[in-house]
Amino acid sequence: MSDPTSGSLVTSPPEQPGPVAGTSPAGALTGKQDKPRGLFGDAWYDLRRKPLFWISAAFITLFILMAAFPFLFTTASPTLPVGSGLSRSLEGPSGDAWFGTDIQGRDIFARTIYGARASIIVAVSATLGTVLLGAAVGVLAGFRGGWVDALLSRLADVFFGIPFVLGAIVILFTFNPRGAGSNEWKIMGLVILALCLLVWPVAMRIMRSSVLAAKQSDYVVAARALGASNTRIIFKHLIPNCLAPVLVYATILIGAYIGAEATLSFLGVGLQSPVVSWGVMISDSQNYLRVAWYWLLFPSAFLITAVLSFVMLGEAVREALDPKLR
Amino acid sequence: MSNVYVADKPSAAREGRPSGRLLEVEDLRVEFRTRDGVAKVINGVTYHVDAGETLAVLGESGSGKSVTAQTIMGILDTPPGFVTGGEIRFHGKDMLTMSAEERRRIRGEGIAMVFQDALSALNPVFTVGFQIAEQFRVRRGMSRRDAKKRAAEMLDQVKIPNAKQRVNEYPHQFSGGMRQRVMIAMSLALDPEVLIADEPTTALDVTVQAQIMDLLGELQRERQMGLILITHDLGVVADVADRIAVMYAGRIVEEAGVYELYAKPAHPYTIGLLESIPRIDEKGQQLRTIRGLPPSLLRIPTGCPFHPRCPMAQPVCAEKVPPLLQLGSTRASACHFAEELVKRD
Amino acid sequence: MGRYVLRRLLQLIPVFFGTTLLIYALVWAVPGDPFAGKCGDRACPDSYVQFMTEKYHLDDPWPLQYVFYMGHLLTGDFGQTFGGRDISEIIAQAYPNTLKLALVGLIIEAIIGLTAGVLTGLRRNGFLDNLVLVSTLFLLAIPTFVSGFLLQFILGVQFKIIDPTVSSEARFSELIVPGFVLASVSMAYVARLTRTSIAENSRSDYVRTAVAKGLPQRRVVGVHLLRNSLIPVVTFLGTDLGSLMGGAIVTEGIFSINGIGREVFRAITTKESATVVGIVVVLVMVYLLMNLLVDLLYAALDPRIRYE
Repeated sequence: MSDPTSGSLVTSPPEQPGPVAGTSPAGALTGKQDKPRGLFGDAWYDLRRKPLFWISAAFITLFILMAAFPFLFTTASPTLPVGSGLSRSLEGPSGDAWFGTDIQGRDIFARTIYGARASIIVAVSATLGTVLLGAAVGVLAGFRGGWVDALLSRLADVFFGIPFVLGAIVILFTFNPRGAGSNEWKIMGLVILALCLLVWPVAMRIMRSSVLAAKQSDYVVAARALGASNTRIIFKHLIPNCLAPVLVYATILIGAYIGAEATLSFLGVGLQSPVVSWGVMISDSQNYLRVAWYWLLFPSAFLITAVLSFVMLGEAVREALDPKLR
Repeated sequence: MSNVYVADKPSAAREGRPSGRLLEVEDLRVEFRTRDGVAKVINGVTYHVDAGETLAVLGESGSGKSVTAQTIMGILDTPPGFVTGGEIRFHGKDMLTMSAEERRRIRGEGIAMVFQDALSALNPVFTVGFQIAEQFRVRRGMSRRDAKKRAAEMLDQVKIPNAKQRVNEYPHQFSGGMRQRVMIAMSLALDPEVLIADEPTTALDVTVQAQIMDLLGELQRERQMGLILITHDLGVVADVADRIAVMYAGRIVEEAGVYELYAKPAHPYTIGLLESIPRIDEKGQQLRTIRGLPPSLLRIPTGCPFHPRCPMAQPVCAEKVPPLLQLGSTRASACHFAEELVKRD
Repeated sequence: MGRYVLRRLLQLIPVFFGTTLLIYALVWAVPGDPFAGKCGDRACPDSYVQFMTEKYHLDDPWPLQYVFYMGHLLTGDFGQTFGGRDISEIIAQAYPNTLKLALVGLIIEAIIGLTAGVLTGLRRNGFLDNLVLVSTLFLLAIPTFVSGFLLQFILGVQFKIIDPTVSSEARFSELIVPGFVLASVSMAYVARLTRTSIAENSRSDYVRTAVAKGLPQRRVVGVHLLRNSLIPVVTFLGTDLGSLMGGAIVTEGIFSINGIGREVFRAITTKESATVVGIVVVLVMVYLLMNLLVDLLYAALDPRIRYE
C-alpha cells in the first residue's frame, strides 16, 4: 500500500450522488449511555465480538511496545556488528542471531525490532497531521459552502492532482538533497510533512461529504431553528456525527503510511542509514537477495504484518461503525 | 390469461379447507432473527382475498402488515426474516412449498405488488419504459419494439399524459404522483390476479392520494382483481375496501366487512383506532388516543398482546391469548369479550 | 448535459494551473545553485550559465519563470535538459512504455478485481468471500516494492518463468507481472468496492421490485443489480489509470522499464528541473483528463446526474 491516496477503503468515489455512507444520526454520541446505544457504543459492542479486532489490536500493541521499549525484545545492538568487525557478515539465522546478520555483521533481529520505532513515529504523526488538517478544511468547506467550499475544494484538487510517490520524491529531494547528511529528526519531519501535504485532500473530501450530508439532516436543521450558534452546531452536532468515516480512514492510513515510509526509504529519499527502519533495511538488502534472503524477508514480514494489522483494525472498526453492513 | 402456473389439480388444496379462494394466508408465522434476539413479527396471520374483492389490511407501523405482504411475494429478506410456519395458498396451492421457479412465475403474473416509495422502488438508471417493457420481453417473449409499445399503452391506462414521450424518461423525471402511477402500470403489466398495494399513497400529497386511490379502485373493478390494500390510514380504507383486517403485534385482531367494522367494532383496539380519527362534526372535542405504545416484538406481552393498553382488560387477558373467533358468518374478532362488544349499543 | 461538461471543464483549469504551479515551485524554488554539479567537477563555464539563465529566465522570480514556462509549454515547447536534449523527446520515448504498463495493470485489475468483487458480493460470507477478503487485505498491506521484489525474485530468478527485467521494447507479455505488481493495491480496492457496492444495492428497493416483477434471477442480477453497482467501480477504474501512471515509478525501477517514472527519478537526482516539471505536467494532464472523462462517463451511466 505505497500510495495512501488510492488505497482508501472508506472513501466512496468522488462526487457520487446520494447520501454518504457511514454516519447514522441514530442518537450517535449523545455523550450518555442511553437505552438505545449510540453509534460508538454500538460499534464497541460489535467490535468486542470480532476476532479480527482482537488479533489486530494485539499485534498493534506489540508493535507499539517494540517502538517504545525495543530493549525488552533484544539485547543485541541494532547498529554494532555482532562479532568483531565484519567477521560475522551475512550469516544465516542461527541460535544467537535469530534472523541472521547483514553485510556489516549486524544482528537483523535487533535491527528489525528497533526499526519499528521510526516507522511507527512517522506513520502516527503523519496520520494525525493529515487527518487534523484534512478534517478541519473539510468541515470548513462543507459547513460554509459557497465560494469557500469551491475554493477549498479546488485547492484540495490541486494537491490531489500530484501523483503521490512522485510528489513525495520531489518534496523530499528539494528540501533534503542527497548527500546533505541531515540529522534523522529533520528527515523524519520532512517525510511526515510530505505525507501530510499530499494526502490531506482525501481526509478533506471524506469529512466534507459527511458534513454536507449531516448539514441537511433534521437534527442540524432543528438545532439551527432553535437558535444554536455555528460553533455549537459544528462542535456539538456535525463533528461528532461525521467522525466515524474519517476515524476509520485514519486507522487504515496509519497502515498505509508505514508502507509509504518504507517505500520512500527504499527509493533513497526517505529515512537513510544510520537510521534504522524497515524501509532502510529492505533497501539495503536488495542487492543481496540471492545470498541473504533472510535480510529481505524478516523486515518485509514485520512491515507487512504492521500494515496488515492497521488495515484490519480499520476494517473491523468500519464494519462495526457502518450500520448498513450489519 | 395463461394460467400455466396454476396446477389444475383441485387436490392440491388440502381437503377440509375452503377451496376456490384466490389467495389465502393461513396461520403465517415469521420471525426476524436479529442481534438483540428473535423478533416475532408475524404470529399466526390468517386472511384471504377473492377475485374482484378489496381487502384492507390495517395496522400501525410494526404491526406486521408489510412483512406479511413481502412474505406473500417471496421478497422477505432472509436473513434476518424467516418463515416459521403457516401456508400461503394461491389457487389452493401452497406457495411456501413450491419450487423457486414456480414461485417466480406467480410473481407479476399471479400476484403483483405496488410499493410505497416509487422513487426507490423504480430502478434509477433505466427508463420507465424499459422497466415496464422488460416484463413483456422476458415473460411474454415480445420484441423490443412491441414491448415498448405495450409499455406506452400501460402508461396510458394509468392516465399518464403524453405516455408516448414519457415512456423514454427516467423515474426521477416524474412527480411523486406520476411516479406512483408508473409503479402501478408496471405492476399491472402482466395482468395479475391479485394486486398487493403496500401503503401506495403514504408518500404522496393528500390531493394526489385520492387520485391514486381512485385509479387503483377503478383498475381493480375493470380487471376484477383481488386487491390487498395495506395501510395505516382508516380514512383511505373506507371508500375502497370491501373487508378490513386489523393487525396488531403480528396478529389479526379483527376482521369484518367495512360497514360492520365502522358501525360496530368488535375489538377494543379497533374501537381505539376509530375514536382517534378526527371528526368534522365533533369540533372542539379533544381527540382520543390509544394510551401506551405498541409492544416490542422482541417481548410480546403474554396473553392478549393488546392487554397492557386495553381500557377494558381483565385478568384473563394477561393469561390467555384470545383466538380469532368467528362472530356470525361475516366477521371475526380476537378478543375475550368480543360478544359483549358486538351486543352493546 | 452541455452545462455539466462545461462546468467540469472550467473546474479543471484552475486545478491544472494550481498543480503545475505547485510542482514548479517545489522544483525551482530549491535553495542553492541550480548549476551545482551540472558540469562535472568543475564550475560551469560562464557562457553556459549565461545561456541557461537567459533561456529559463533564471534571474526572474520563480512565479514569473512559471508564466514564461507555461507560455512555452502551451505552444508545445517543453524546453531542453541542461545537456541540450529536447525534453519532449524524452517524454515521447518513455511515455508509451508507462502507458502500456498502466494499461496492462488496469486490465488485470479490472478483470480480477471485478470478478472477485461480483462473486463475493453475490455470495457473502461463504468460503470464497473469506478467501477474497483475506487476500485483498494482504494485497493492501504489501507495499509495491516488496511484492515487486518478491515476484521478480521468485518468478524471474528462482524459477526463471519470466525475465527479471523488461526489455527496451516492453512487450505486453513482459509487462504482465510488472502490471500485476503495479495494480495489486488497486485490484484489492476494486474487489472490495465492487463487493460493497453489490452488497448494498442487492438490498435496495429496486432490486426487490425486480424480483417482485418475477424476473429470473439471472436478469435481476445481470441487468438491475450490476448496472447500478458497477457505476462507482467503473469511475474508479477510470481515475485509476492516471494514478497508475503516476505511481509506476517503483515498479519501473524494479523491473528496469524505460518509462517516465524512471526518467523522472533520474531527472530528480540529477537536478534536471525542467525535465521533472515537464513529465509531471504531462502526468497531471493525463490525470485531469481521465477525471473529466470519468465525469462524462458517470453522466452517461447515471441519468440522475445529467440534469443537475
